[in-house]
Amino acid sequence: MFRRATTGILARTIRTRLFSTDLSAAQTIDSAFAEAWKKVAPNLDPPKTPLSFMQPRLPVPSAIPSKLTVNFVLPYASEISGKEVDMVIIPASTGQMGVLPGHVSTITELKPGVLSVHEGNEVKKYFVSSGFAFIHANSIADIVAIEAAPLDQIDSSLVQKGLADFTQKLSSASTDSEKAEAQIGVDVHSALNAALTG
Amino acid sequence: MASNAAAPFWRAAGMTYITYSNICANLVRNCLKEPFKTEALSREKVHFSVTKFVDGNPQKPGYRFGVKIESQFLVSCFLTSELVYKNYEEPSVCNGCSAFGLRSADVFESM
Repeated sequence: MFRRATTGILARTIRTRLFSTDLSAAQTIDSAFAEAWKKVAPNLDPPKTPLSFMQPRLPVPSAIPSKLTVNFVLPYASEISGKEVDMVIIPASTGQMGVLPGHVSTITELKPGVLSVHEGNEVKKYFVSSGFAFIHANSIADIVAIEAAPLDQIDSSLVQKGLADFTQKLSSASTDSEKAEAQIGVDVHSALNAALTG
Repeated sequence: MASNAAAPFWRAAGMTYITYSNICANLVRNCLKEPFKTEALSREKVHFSVTKFVDGNPQKPGYRFGVKIESQFLVSCFLTSELVYKNYEEPSVCNGCSAFGLRSADVFESM
């Protein structure tokens, strides 16, 4: 009964997957390529491969860092790039989520809501339409959204009108797809409303 | 494990995440204050041309002006750029234009 126990244990320890905190820092040079190149053309420098253009992933620090690095990008601009802040509150689909430095690695989908970036005493708020947030083990948070606007760029009369329109559409919708569209409209406009008034 | 998870309402209605996300983004853009709104809408404008093929031969290519195609469900009228809520099968004109007797087929042919 225990004859194969040792083989099982040995095989498992060799092939266990590493946690993200145990991985070594990412490579910047493809060493196999560089070796092969040197054999063939020792006098020429090897050409740069995509790996060397990428910035290596920062290693996970052993102590929890004091600041969170935030990258907030939109398809047409990067709103916040590498800024060190104290906390961000992101509108995850499961509710408002506060992210402090040292937060556990998480990937969440965002719902339409307010993203607030807290740095010292100042708070910057953006309304995010939808997107994803990736929080890495090394206290870097990447937030991607399709459309985001600071709260003061939102027109509340248009929001009220939209909310009324879509509530009416929702009650008069017949097909599934119309209902879904109307429901999305109601959700987004009520989130906008809550953001403006809350 | 995920096969028993409740699908979000939009996926149950046959919409993909991308269309859902684009619809949300458009609704937010339409609620912006004036100078930001026109910038945002012009940023998302799409220019395309449509070439119909008949019996393997390309016909004269269609229009080439900028028309927003937001998603499968929201299309802009060719003439007035008003949003028309439709399932996108054929390009369409808005209620205002159809009230004037303009049909999308006519607009299409005149290009």
